[in-house]
Amino acid sequence: MITLGQVLILAAILFCISVAGIFINRKNVIILLMCIELMLLSVNMNFIAFSHFLHDMAGQIFVFFILTVAAAESAIGLAILVVLFRNRNTINVEELGTLKG
Amino acid sequence: MSSDMESIYLAIVLAPLAGSLIAGLFGKLIGRSGAHWVTIIGVGISSVLSMYAFKDLMFDGGEIFNRSIYTWLTTGGISFEIGFMVDQLTVTMMVVVSFVSWMIHIYTIGYMHDDPGYQRFFSYISLFTFAMLMLVMSNNFLQLFFGWEAVGLVSYLLIGFWFKRESAIFANLKAFLVNRIGDFGFLLGIAAVLMTFNTLDYNQVFAMAPDYANSTISIISGTDWSLMSVICICLFIGAMGKSAQVPLHVWLPDSMEGPTPISALIHAATMVTAGIFMVARMSPLFELSETALTFVLVIGSITAFFMGLLGLVQNDIKRVVAYSTLSQLGYMTVALGVSAYSAAIFHLVTHAFFKALLFLAAGSVIMAMHHEQDMRKMGGLYRYMPITWVTSLIGSLALIGFPGTAGFYSKDAIIEAVHHSSLPFANWAYIAVLSGVFITALYSFRLFFLVFHGKERMDRNTWEHLKESPAVVTVPLSVLAIPSVILGVFLIGPMLFGDYFTAAIHVQANHDVLGVLGEDYHGVWSFTLHAFQAAPVYLALTGVAVAWLLYIKFPEIPAKIANRFKWIHQILINKYGLDDFNQLVFAGGARKTGSLLWQIGDVKIIDGVIVDGTASAIRWFSGKIRNIQTGHLYDYAFTMIIGLLLLLAVFVHHILG
Repeated sequence: MITLGQVLILAAILFCISVAGIFINRKNVIILLMCIELMLLSVNMNFIAFSHFLHDMAGQIFVFFILTVAAAESAIGLAILVVLFRNRNTINVEELGTLKG
Repeated sequence: MSSDMESIYLAIVLAPLAGSLIAGLFGKLIGRSGAHWVTIIGVGISSVLSMYAFKDLMFDGGEIFNRSIYTWLTTGGISFEIGFMVDQLTVTMMVVVSFVSWMIHIYTIGYMHDDPGYQRFFSYISLFTFAMLMLVMSNNFLQLFFGWEAVGLVSYLLIGFWFKRESAIFANLKAFLVNRIGDFGFLLGIAAVLMTFNTLDYNQVFAMAPDYANSTISIISGTDWSLMSVICICLFIGAMGKSAQVPLHVWLPDSMEGPTPISALIHAATMVTAGIFMVARMSPLFELSETALTFVLVIGSITAFFMGLLGLVQNDIKRVVAYSTLSQLGYMTVALGVSAYSAAIFHLVTHAFFKALLFLAAGSVIMAMHHEQDMRKMGGLYRYMPITWVTSLIGSLALIGFPGTAGFYSKDAIIEAVHHSSLPFANWAYIAVLSGVFITALYSFRLFFLVFHGKERMDRNTWEHLKESPAVVTVPLSVLAIPSVILGVFLIGPMLFGDYFTAAIHVQANHDVLGVLGEDYHGVWSFTLHAFQAAPVYLALTGVAVAWLLYIKFPEIPAKIANRFKWIHQILINKYGLDDFNQLVFAGGARKTGSLLWQIGDVKIIDGVIVDGTASAIRWFSGKIRNIQTGHLYDYAFTMIIGLLLLLAVFVHHILG
């Protein structure tokens, strides 16, 4: 029988991996986007776990919302990525250093 | 009756002010003659009305006027008012001030004839008359202080009247600064009065003063100072500045940089006597403190004696008269010190006339000499300037106290009063004023002989143009010469020994030296005759004789004496080193302190550390944290995570733990 704690630990591990992915990864913007998705998924995992163990369906409904938003967000993100590649001819994160005043 | 008088007093004060404003603000519009007419009429009104007030109070039995006219402000139960108190003392001063001022206005037409600042000059001297009248007519300390500062301001403006001369600017700054020291004391005195009595009105203060005769004040904790002594000495420090007593006398000789009419009006006849007047006015306070009176006496006798000596070595005609003024002010102060207030005021009055006369005569000489002031380049002028010569002779005789002249009565009264005083140091003061008589005679006639007699030492060009001054100069000279001779005879009886000042001046019975003198007084002629049995007259005559020997008979001797006693001569030339001392210690010290504060305090600390320091600290700090903003997303994310973790740690620690 899987306990709530185990599920939460799994979600936390997923979250940590995705966070580490964001700031350790120095090569590819696509990996960044994937990491963000992964973060959202780990949060979803928490929702589902609580929903299941507390017998409250509101958590799972919330997951749908998040998935929808995440899908929209990845679509926008990928669109930006395409434009970025067209303009800069690269998606290397090291070379994208203009995000400063 | 009394409301009539109120408008008369207002007119006396405001007429010169109106003249001054018109001449000052509309000088270009009304032109040169407009400026002198409007001011002369203004001061003339004030002079004639003053004489009327004098007559009303003295002969027609008018009442002493004491009323507040305007309340300026009321705060904390103390009201600051403008008011007039006109008693015998005030009315005497009013007549002297307005009359001498009037004469000098007329004289100025001649003296300043070619000056480009003609209108400005008339505006200033009328303003001075206004301020001086406000000072003497005041019925409270605040208005006294207003007049005090206003005459100081006009004095400053007029010493620096020729503001393109560097020496004039130096002199007026010096006068201003030295007077500030005195005024600081004066202000402290007024503050002490306000603190003690909670009012600034003369009558209320004088009425309450005896209750505080024995009270003490601890300025430095643990020491008890007599309250009255503190108040009186503080007030007297103000008088020392204004009336040029040692050691605050240094500004007066330098003030001769101003035009001669000003030297006569402000720096001889009226403004410098404000201190004397003030002390006489405060007699109910000064009488309560023997310490203060002794202080006044000592300062006065030092001034009378040592400043007279300096007159002996000066070669500038105006400076000789200036040192003579210092010495005579010393005499008045001595008289104040021995509680002979009426003798001081008497001398003040006679001195105002004969010293104004001497200054105007000096001015007349200077005009004839084409603004040459060195007596070594004059001589023999009596042939060319008979009126100036006669009036100068009269002035000099009055100054040395020749029997029968005005100066004789007032000076003799002072000397006798000192003789009868029982204050500590009174015997020293007696020696000082007595030898002062000889010195006065010596320097006065040194000046007289050097200028009017002996060889004609001027250059040829000047000599060819020598002529008597115009009527606007000689008429005031003659008008001033008359009171210089006869005033003493008329005033000595009522002023010194009568009850003229009973209401205005308060003398305690055990200080009343004039009362002792009065017991032997049997009319003015016996007083005059009595003088021939006393030392002062002979000292004065000896002084004249010595001056004649040294400067007419054997004119080569003075140089030999100067050589023989070189070091004494040098001390006198250096004015006892006081000027150098002030220049070095006070002026130099102030400048050093100033530049220290500038270099260290301003440049280094304020500019360097505080102003520029904050900027450069921010620049340094922002230079450091600018490195954090890399532009790379992963760095930002990392920072966010760190922050998140920190907040989480705090949250866990504080709220859950």
